[in-house]
Amino acid sequence: MAGDALTSGEYIKHHLTNLTFGQHPDGSWGIAHSAAEAKEMGFWAIHVDTMFWSIGLGVLFLYFFSKAAKTATQGVPGGLQNFVEWIVEFIDTSVRGSFSARNSLVAPLALTIFVWIFLQNLMDLVPVDVIPELAKLLGIHYMKVVPSTDPNATFGMAIGVFLLVLFYSIKIKGVGGFAGELTLQPFSSNNPIVNLLFIPINFILEFVSLIAKPISLALRLFGNMYAGEMIFILIAIMYNAGLILGLFGGVLQLGWAIFHILIITLQAFIFMTLTIVYLDMAHHEH
Amino acid sequence: MNINLTIIGQLLSFAVFVWFTMKYVWTPIMGALETRKKEIADGLAAAERGQHEQELAKERAKDVLHEAKAQAAEIVAQAQKRAAEIVDESKDTARVEGDRILTAAQSEIEQEANRAREQLREKVGMLAVAGAEKILKKEISADAHQDIVTALAKEI
Repeated sequence: MAGDALTSGEYIKHHLTNLTFGQHPDGSWGIAHSAAEAKEMGFWAIHVDTMFWSIGLGVLFLYFFSKAAKTATQGVPGGLQNFVEWIVEFIDTSVRGSFSARNSLVAPLALTIFVWIFLQNLMDLVPVDVIPELAKLLGIHYMKVVPSTDPNATFGMAIGVFLLVLFYSIKIKGVGGFAGELTLQPFSSNNPIVNLLFIPINFILEFVSLIAKPISLALRLFGNMYAGEMIFILIAIMYNAGLILGLFGGVLQLGWAIFHILIITLQAFIFMTLTIVYLDMAHHEH
Repeated sequence: MNINLTIIGQLLSFAVFVWFTMKYVWTPIMGALETRKKEIADGLAAAERGQHEQELAKERAKDVLHEAKAQAAEIVAQAQKRAAEIVDESKDTARVEGDRILTAAQSEIEQEANRAREQLREKVGMLAVAGAEKILKKEISADAHQDIVTALAKEI
């Protein structure tokens, strides 16, 4: 539980602050001791907790999956292999369903996105105070355990996907083809002069829809997870408000956690599916 | 909630994870899945082939059995025929043999009877001569009338 000295506002704020490592205004490097201090560090700072949890979960994912892959036999599969194969086949079906070109990168990309985001989201189901309190015992004062509630994490992945979309758009269609896609549609005319006039209009429309891809990808995941975590935090505040409200909060937390299982899976799936779709669009003229 | 270097860190780790997944997770697992799929398909095909062959073998076995039965029936029929023939033959032989034995016996009996008759005739002749001798003791000598006695004995 949050310390008694904290007000609800401080409690929430505390929970929403990342463990930030960066340069203090006085020039020394170190951990920020408050949200304001973290803000002052500007761009050249890093969220140690986000990086730790996301990389840790990624390594966990890769450890188990590569272990299953290494021992993958053609014979009767064991438990872990069965589970991994089940996920791999699920991803493979999804990719085959919405990606029509041939690209050996897309399926592993989709697998990584799905499992990694799912694991990141899964941290949301750990009661909000457990890990921060444990961290406090270790002398770490800020700990935000759900990497996908950090826009840096979601934008990092979305930008990765966006770069791949750009790369394949240019690789498949060429610079001219890609530029044409951005400028010569949706409006076009047989008259070259009118067509020339349409170019800026088309570019504005298409550029916005292009830029909207990574932003919507990142913000959708971030928004859902952030809102979910916020509700967990608000429920956790009820624990301090007496026995009856506390019990009520327990019931609420259980209910919200069960509902959240759906959300975390769904968000991981949506991120993956949209990635596949965007890459598919990058492979086709339209 | 500040956008900072974390975004680049995430981007890099994302790239590394994707690369790792591609190289060490996806490819081997898909390879194993493909191989297994192929193996199962092969197994099913082999099973089907085996079943087909079994059916063929069954058919063949039925044919062979049929043939064997027919052959057996034929053999039995032949054997029966042959047995009947043998019985008939032996009956014939037996009859011929019986006839022969019978004829031989009859001729022997006849010979015997003839011989007995001959002997009887001689005996009777002799008896008659002896009787005549006794009656005619003095007048007739056996030596003198030998030819008469023999002629008499022959007539009896």
